[in-house]
Amino acid sequence: MTILALQDVSKSFGPIEVLHDVDLALEPGEVHALIGENGAGKSTIMKILGGFLDPTKGQVLLDGRQVIFGSGPEAEAAGVVVIHQEFNLASDLSVAANLFLGREIGGWRLDHAAMRKQTSELLERLHSPIAPETLIRDLSVPDRQMVEIGKALSRNARVLIMDEPSAVLTHREVGTLYEQIDRLRVEGVAILYCSHRLDEVAHLADRITVLRDGSVVRRAMRGELDEDSMAAAMVGRELQDFYPPKGQPSPEPALEVSGLSVPGRVRDVGFTLRKGEVLGIAGLVGSGRTELAEGLVGLRAASGEIRVNGQPVAISSLRDAFDAGLAYLTEDRKEAGLLLNKGLRENLTLATLERFGKFRLDTVAEDAALDKATGDFDIRAPRRDMVAGKLSGGNQQKLLLAKTMLPDPQIIIIDEPTRGIDVGTKSQIYAFIRNLSAEGRSVIVISSEMTEVIGLADRVLVMREGRLAGQVEGNAMTEDNIVRLAMGVAGEAA
Amino acid sequence: MSKPDLHTLGPLVALVALIVLGALLNPAFLAPGNITNVLARSAFIGMIAVGMTFVITAGGLDLSVGSMAAFLAGIAIIAMNAALPGMGENWGTILVGMGVAVLGGLVAGYLNGALITKARIEPFIVTLGTMGIFRSLVTWLADGGTLSLDYGLRTLYRPVYYGGIGWITWPIITFAIVAFAGEWIMRHSRFGRHVEAIGSNDRVARYSAIDVNRIRLMTYMLLGLLVGLATVLYVPRLGSASGSTGVLWELEAIAAVIIGGTALKGGTGRVWGTVVGVLILSLIDNILNLADLVSPYLNGAIQGVIIVLAVVLQREKRIAEER
Repeated sequence: MTILALQDVSKSFGPIEVLHDVDLALEPGEVHALIGENGAGKSTIMKILGGFLDPTKGQVLLDGRQVIFGSGPEAEAAGVVVIHQEFNLASDLSVAANLFLGREIGGWRLDHAAMRKQTSELLERLHSPIAPETLIRDLSVPDRQMVEIGKALSRNARVLIMDEPSAVLTHREVGTLYEQIDRLRVEGVAILYCSHRLDEVAHLADRITVLRDGSVVRRAMRGELDEDSMAAAMVGRELQDFYPPKGQPSPEPALEVSGLSVPGRVRDVGFTLRKGEVLGIAGLVGSGRTELAEGLVGLRAASGEIRVNGQPVAISSLRDAFDAGLAYLTEDRKEAGLLLNKGLRENLTLATLERFGKFRLDTVAEDAALDKATGDFDIRAPRRDMVAGKLSGGNQQKLLLAKTMLPDPQIIIIDEPTRGIDVGTKSQIYAFIRNLSAEGRSVIVISSEMTEVIGLADRVLVMREGRLAGQVEGNAMTEDNIVRLAMGVAGEAA
Repeated sequence: MSKPDLHTLGPLVALVALIVLGALLNPAFLAPGNITNVLARSAFIGMIAVGMTFVITAGGLDLSVGSMAAFLAGIAIIAMNAALPGMGENWGTILVGMGVAVLGGLVAGYLNGALITKARIEPFIVTLGTMGIFRSLVTWLADGGTLSLDYGLRTLYRPVYYGGIGWITWPIITFAIVAFAGEWIMRHSRFGRHVEAIGSNDRVARYSAIDVNRIRLMTYMLLGLLVGLATVLYVPRLGSASGSTGVLWELEAIAAVIIGGTALKGGTGRVWGTVVGVLILSLIDNILNLADLVSPYLNGAIQGVIIVLAVVLQREKRIAEER
């Protein structure tokens, strides 16, 4: 019997209707995947189910009866728990304190022993060996997610709504997440799973609902849709050539790195990047990929030899890297890439302000640069004077790409080019990246998405535990080979 | 930016309301003498508050400015008295004092900034420490009493505070220049943009090739410089400095910045707002002294209410925006 359902639900913000007559039913013991491009209405549905928004029209049914959740906590009390992309944990408190936050055991004096005991029982049930007294800030991201799941279970969740739970996880950690989800499924929890990763939707979901522009366009059971048809349903057209055709790198080296080390993170890495090449860097999170890039562009203290166009360069700050023609696009768009509370113009020119006036900043030239960037990178902003934080994830990423390209770098390192971005924008960004290489620039793409690295790169370096574990090229660029290198599993490697 | 909102207009409306109120309560309020008096008294806190706007916008704080002003006044007076026998009773000697105050301000600002950026200590703690140090040093230099400028020099120096162009005295002129320059720098210069970026998210700034520590250090040095400048104009007013000079100036300056609409957590700087904030604080003081309505002893209480009210109004605006 259905636990939680939306019946004929529409939602308007002002005059604009963003959801049109949506029906959705969550059954116990079933994983229901909700997929759609950014802006299709997934988050609005999650917010309505989780009690953060009220429908404009239609009903929310809990156990067949209409309910109106006044707030998130009210929905939680009814057993509907949302796990947001941004975790809701107090980082200076222990795991146990977080699990029991707001409903601590004990009277005037807290019963720490009881809370610890119940916490470890719960974590044991999740097969998660985290000590209850560990502080949240000492936990890895996947462990924190486990605590979030534990918190939901400890509140007797009957419905679990998960928003992009795997976006922050590595390959191996995703495996653990799947196990947890299987376990919850067996326990009879109804799960709504939102994800951009179609491979995991195909793997996990018992039922799939595809949204486009606020309407349900497709419903399917397990096995009825393959990844291509899911993407096609989301976009509304066939996605031909999702990845652009590969290029023809020139044999000339653009960047030569040897003996690069970042203390404690990266040891003795050397490689060559050719002109017009897209070089992928794969590896587990924590394998030193990002640290290698940050060491290369002067954001971290690093030692080693770097040559650009055959000339040795000394890079001790990001400014030096710019001068040498290098640029770096961070994986952390929201915390290191863009000023979310500032305008598009301020964000675009922040790293290159010296080009916009010696003393007085030339806002006219800045506006012209923004015009050009919105055109070149197809940034879709409803209003020019809006703050960057109000852009959709895909448009934020395009703005960040425009900002990174403003110094006109010849070598661009892009860390996680499409994290948390919808399918349509992804293929656009892939086309941008391929274009850069066609112009004779060289690109390094760091990514946790195996298909992305394989589909985009001409050659892939694999890192493991701060070292270069190997490289794969041509027909050897397979998921299997990369995983073997990344995990250090013995076997054939290229 | 183009359309004025409640954020920017609120303090301005309050200022106009205060002026109207003052004029209704006592006709003497609008007399040139009174206006000069209010503006001149605002000038010291005003210049410091403009510097404080930059420090706060970059995500910092400086509690030491009041003590710093007292200390700078003290060493300027000592320097002038010491230079007097050799150099004589002339402007050269006074310039020595001015130089000591301004350079001393720069060095003191550098000290604060270096401890914060290089030793990575919280601004609150660093400047709480230097606040005590400067205050104690000036008390020690004055041996618990008062450091007085030589009488002849004092007569020569006096016009720097009391003189000017017509009834517009030099402190008012200097404050106006500092305010205009501050607004221009915040709005139109690369430095101003970088300051806002750092206060908004210093990690983004670092990943945008901005030398975060250097900019932070410069905000503290700019503030130190302006404290030095304020001291240069303050010393001729009384011709002396003691352990009680500049007490609570830091809180008045911070209050003016907050009333003006600059967020205490940084990211958005409003130099004009700060100027309005300073004027609001001095007007309240002035009106209470001129009118018999409320005891002047309640000045602090009324200022406190205004500060809290200003922040509440700004918060409501922000919540409305987020909806």
